[in-house]
Amino acid sequence: MTSRISDFDIDHLHALLKSSGLFLKTGPFTYRIRSSVRSVAEGLFLLYGQNRFFPEMEFVDFDIRLDSPNSLRRRFRPKLDFYFDHQTPFKPLPISQAFAFLEWGMNWCVSVHMNQYLKLHAAVLEKNGRALVMPAAPGSGKSTLCAALMLRGWRLLSDEHALVSLHDSHLIPVCRPISLKNKSIKVIEQFDNKALFGPLCKDTHKGTVTHMRPDARSVELDDTPVKPGWMVFPKYIVEGETRLTERIKETAFLKAGEQSFNYSLLGAKGFETMSKLIEACDCYNFSYSNLDEAVETFEKLSATAV
Amino acid sequence: MSDQSYLLLEVIRAPERLARLSMADWNRLIPQARHALLLGKLHALILEQDLLKVLPEKPLNHTLSAYLASEKQHATTAWEALKLERALGSLEIPLVLLKGGAYIQAKLPVSTGRLLSDIDILVTRDRLDEVEENLHSRGWRSSKQDSYDDRYYREWMHEIPPLKHITRGSFLDVHHTILPPTAKYKPDAEKILADIREVSPNVYTLSPVDMVIHSATHLFHEGDFDHGLRDIIDLHGLLIHFSDNEPGFWEALVPRAIELDLINPLYYALHYCQLILGSEIPDFVLKQAEKGKPNALMSGVMDWLFMRALRPDHPSCDLPFTSLARSLLYIRSHYLRMPLHLLIPHLTRKAWKRRVAENKQEATAGLP
Repeated sequence: MTSRISDFDIDHLHALLKSSGLFLKTGPFTYRIRSSVRSVAEGLFLLYGQNRFFPEMEFVDFDIRLDSPNSLRRRFRPKLDFYFDHQTPFKPLPISQAFAFLEWGMNWCVSVHMNQYLKLHAAVLEKNGRALVMPAAPGSGKSTLCAALMLRGWRLLSDEHALVSLHDSHLIPVCRPISLKNKSIKVIEQFDNKALFGPLCKDTHKGTVTHMRPDARSVELDDTPVKPGWMVFPKYIVEGETRLTERIKETAFLKAGEQSFNYSLLGAKGFETMSKLIEACDCYNFSYSNLDEAVETFEKLSATAV
Repeated sequence: MSDQSYLLLEVIRAPERLARLSMADWNRLIPQARHALLLGKLHALILEQDLLKVLPEKPLNHTLSAYLASEKQHATTAWEALKLERALGSLEIPLVLLKGGAYIQAKLPVSTGRLLSDIDILVTRDRLDEVEENLHSRGWRSSKQDSYDDRYYREWMHEIPPLKHITRGSFLDVHHTILPPTAKYKPDAEKILADIREVSPNVYTLSPVDMVIHSATHLFHEGDFDHGLRDIIDLHGLLIHFSDNEPGFWEALVPRAIELDLINPLYYALHYCQLILGSEIPDFVLKQAEKGKPNALMSGVMDWLFMRALRPDHPSCDLPFTSLARSLLYIRSHYLRMPLHLLIPHLTRKAWKRRVAENKQEATAGLP
């Protein structure tokens, strides 16, 4: 029996996070989240309102907590630790970065643990029943493009992790907020005033960071895998023209491998899964600077779904 | 040892229990196994019991993930062994693997699902400089940049500072003897090297009895028991395997430990394997090993300490005073390694350095 996080009010959510924790389901994973920090409650309430949570205990994939270490020394320099199963894999960060820290920590949990999927560092969206996979290194404009496409009706599967099933190479959604940083925040604000943002975290190691709420339909379909359709390698170029060019599958394979968290760990199974994925995708390079033109290009591309 | 909290040990001792676990049980078991570095091992156990089809999928994702990671580590280890054999072979020195690397290359059942963090090798002290120089030319660099740490290793330890490969990122520990030269017990590494076993051309492991004695010595001289349960399970697995496959193993074990001046750690190993995992050890071996047993008072104290420290370092497994026990054993390990007039300045210096490091830590290290 599950309910939505928006069924709470924010004070209740905060109280829950301070006590037994919130059992949050996102895609195939269940997080238990605890934190006494108010901005964590605010961020979760705002950005995960459509997500389901479990009032009762079920299996917890990742037991995480964001709190100050209990040390007198810390009292004068308020910092937060990220706890995973009672261990602290990262150095503490200032409280002002709490929500971003939570999101990074949640990503890390998936990146280093879950090898039952082939995992790519990629944005994944869906249109006409086919998945668009966009593997990219940080700074390539992947998240900005991903946010724009979602705001124009594409369904979001993930802004960070392409989870590829080892059985059929379908894409498994894990629909969470889209991470935007620095100039991208303003760009998306101007692109669409419907965009809804969570807490703004300044002066992080990535600059200013915020997270954008996924639309209700994407969250609703969070359990429904999608067949692969297109693999596109995006590149933002200042004042660059909008350009979509076909890419041969052999180099797409290598490039996607570079953006994988566990391609080499999975050995033969990783190769097989990646082969099936690439085989099922039309592969392209894409460079852009204008978001409206970019969306239009992908609109046309989505019409080629078979 | 049947207290409710220690589910991990219960399922290791009685794997058929796995089929009857509730979700709340799984929520305790998976973190305990992860902390003990035993998730991959747990998966191996599940495969062995043919329980893959009957157990719930979500917790299995975690054991499977670790199992796949261990398989990858084994492939990497085999590759590194090949490279190391080339390096040492060029000097006409045999490659002698210790611990996890040895279990993998010898294809011992204990290696299945086992995670490892580095590769350990043993070379004779008189060839150490040549080996280090050769490894350096092949991209292995010291991971201790600090001159105090470097000097500490070189003067007081049984191994040189850990090496890291500049492109492959693998870690390598080069041992030149069994215990630090200042240690209370003085095993002769030459005797151990005289009895090594070839597992593939120019690649060796210790002999079965020496493998057990070496593993015991390291566990009971360690200051850090994070993986204590894993190490006891290794020992238990070695005992079972050699008992079944190595004629004369039990007869040779204790006399060899006495010969090497390592009867005390072997006694502890046999004692705790039996106490914790119920290992079947012949009576005559236990009787022989009593030679390494401390007096009654010490035995009681050691049981109290080790039965705490050999549990996974996870709050759900802690007994009263677990962290005190860990601290005392940490101090004991140093005491066994070094006389007090060397030990006290060393520990003081380490504590001070840790504090300084905390104050200037890089806040974002490791974040995605």
